[in-house]
Amino acid sequence: MRIASREDLKRAAGLAAEDMKSQTKRILICAGTGCLAGGSEKIYQKLKKMAEDSENVEVEFGPEIAHVGVKQSGCHGFCEMGPLVRIEPSNYLYIKVKEEDCEEIFQESILNDRPVERLLYELDGVRYREQESIPFYARQTRQVLKNCGHIDAENIGEYLAVGGYRALEKALFEMQPQEVIQVVLDSNLRGRGGGGFQTGYKWKQVARQEEKIRYVVCNGDEGDPGAFMDRSVMEGDPHKMIEGMIIAGYAVSAQEGYIYVRAEYPLAIRRLKVAIAQAEEAGLLGENIMGSGYSFTIHINRGAGAFVCGEGSALTASIEGERGMPRTKPPRTVEQGLFGKPTVLNNVETYANVPMIVLNGAEWYHRLGTETSPGTKAFALTGSVKNTGLIEVPMGTTLREIVYDIGGGVKGDVPFKAVQIGGPSGGCLVTSNLDVRLDFDSLKKLGAMIGSGGLVVMDENTCMVEVARFFMNFTQNESCGKCVPCREGTRRMLEILEDIVAGKGTLEQLDILQELGEAITDTALCGLGKSAALPVLSTLKNFREEYLEHVVEKRCKTGTCQALKRYVIDPSKCKGCSKCARNCPVHAISGKVKEPFTIDTAVCIKCGACMDNCAFGAIYTEN
Amino acid sequence: MLEQSYYDKTDEIIARHGAAKKSLIPVIQDIQAEYRYLPPELLSYVAKKLNIGEAKAYSVATFYENFSFEAKGKYIIRVCDGTACHVRKSTAILNKLREELGLSSEKHTTDDMMFTLETVSCLGACGLAPAMTVNDTVHPAMTPEKVTELIQKLRNGEEV
Repeated sequence: MRIASREDLKRAAGLAAEDMKSQTKRILICAGTGCLAGGSEKIYQKLKKMAEDSENVEVEFGPEIAHVGVKQSGCHGFCEMGPLVRIEPSNYLYIKVKEEDCEEIFQESILNDRPVERLLYELDGVRYREQESIPFYARQTRQVLKNCGHIDAENIGEYLAVGGYRALEKALFEMQPQEVIQVVLDSNLRGRGGGGFQTGYKWKQVARQEEKIRYVVCNGDEGDPGAFMDRSVMEGDPHKMIEGMIIAGYAVSAQEGYIYVRAEYPLAIRRLKVAIAQAEEAGLLGENIMGSGYSFTIHINRGAGAFVCGEGSALTASIEGERGMPRTKPPRTVEQGLFGKPTVLNNVETYANVPMIVLNGAEWYHRLGTETSPGTKAFALTGSVKNTGLIEVPMGTTLREIVYDIGGGVKGDVPFKAVQIGGPSGGCLVTSNLDVRLDFDSLKKLGAMIGSGGLVVMDENTCMVEVARFFMNFTQNESCGKCVPCREGTRRMLEILEDIVAGKGTLEQLDILQELGEAITDTALCGLGKSAALPVLSTLKNFREEYLEHVVEKRCKTGTCQALKRYVIDPSKCKGCSKCARNCPVHAISGKVKEPFTIDTAVCIKCGACMDNCAFGAIYTEN
Repeated sequence: MLEQSYYDKTDEIIARHGAAKKSLIPVIQDIQAEYRYLPPELLSYVAKKLNIGEAKAYSVATFYENFSFEAKGKYIIRVCDGTACHVRKSTAILNKLREELGLSSEKHTTDDMMFTLETVSCLGACGLAPAMTVNDTVHPAMTPEKVTELIQKLRNGEEV
């Protein structure tokens, strides 16, 4: 049905809610990228078929008959335990579900109302039945991700049933555009893409430009390695972000919006397309929205594999059909953004915060988070941590709570070493920072940044010099080449880091690294360049002794740096067969037949050929 | 010279997006999706149709990593080398694939045009590290052994 008035919206939401309520039981199968990769599509098909074939249950016969809803939901966040299946209303969460588990799930939980004990999450001898009681979830505050995993991401009705588009209705019918801007200003919502700039202030700037053609752009080019918060919102609750964009459009009197999504997220693109089509059909997007007289359309642009397009001016250039290169500012995006017109540019998570702020007010929003960073933040928790996945906590939560209480601690119970925050633009937080509150301002003081929200946990076995090289290699590859500090500087820094991990580094190079890093930070053109050196500067500060080990002792104690490994023959195991010596491409191995052989480490090129070919397992490496 | 059908298809794609300058990227993305690469002849053709200089169109196409002027294999394998995958040893996966397919950092496509091997900075599937994709299907928690098995299946024409 087409929603042409406020009453229509109420009626549609009511019908959708009734439909949801008449589902006596709901089976929600996670269809996020992670669980799909684990085979959740087949689980969905099978459970759906079982429900259809069962004589005792009705499936989807409309709201008048009680029935079982079998739905594909967005990401639940507990990716480590996927594929996940949730049963409502009992809220059982089944983990690592396989196709062959479907019958038992259906028999027990749908027909007999009992949990399948063996599929429940278990920790320290405690088995958790309800999803919400699992420590991973119990310690979180899910606001932005509230619907992810709980509603069918490809069904606008379910979004309406849980109160969707009511914030838009309130804005369109009860508020003037400047009142919308004021509530966002008062909420002090700060850009979740990493910059932390005040969202309301941007909107205000755009609204007061003389030019009447204005654009609203959503940055869904989540390129930081180790970050997937925005992807999960786009896949799991696309309407929330779209609603936020329309509200932004109304607030600044824009007519068109663009969503720029990276090409590596095909599922997010598909779900957004479905959501836009459904919203248009329902009259919630397009001409004369809900009969209010306001019109707004949204287009989707796919990225083409350039990390720098996450930078505002590069992103708008890319939508215009240009090379995605940043430009000097001013003029700023709010004055001359997309197609040279005033543009609101925010990221996915920021827009997803907007509906609840408009609906509940700024004061309500301030109840969560800290004084200067209100609200929540979604983080992608990955690396050497027990519970990898997507989490959401109030701003100001400590790193310790995230890594240990929610993340369950370091994988394999190896000692914690560091957390890399904010991807290639961020820095690392170490043991002494575990009690630091994560918010925009506290992190800035530490020389790190919240970035888009990637948290990669590293344990004792991670070589920080290698990590720094890895990030520099990434940034170097992605440097667009426009400004000299970034184009040349990152290349020189990468060369030095490559020397160090290859055992050819010098003490002088460490000083050059520091100097170059500072110079690039001060002089590069855009945010990508300005933050490119941060991972190196941050590791140099926190792990200087590791750099020294590599440079002075030519040693990598984690064993990560291949070139610094020493191949050794165990004389007690060596039979003196000479096979290793014959295989060695540089003749570094010598000895007498039938007596233990030895390797000359000065000549050895660490290719490993000897070790691969030894029939007695006599060759090992020393770090 | 390409067959006429290529140009007809391109006309169809241009019609879908509109012959405007801002359509350049979406148009060449669709051409690449159709042919698994971007035939240089078609880029020149698109430039003319959208009224963009050929040099300009070329500069855009070469800027973005996704565009390739060389034909790619039937299966495009992308190994994720994002942070999370890197710390969970994605390099071993890449090396195993190169070994299995006889490819290297210089040679990306097998001679029989079956496989193209690329790395990607992050697939956003960090919870499943190390991950890789075969024509956009994600394969989670890879090991060198699973690589061998997967390649074998693809060679036998099995569905994966």
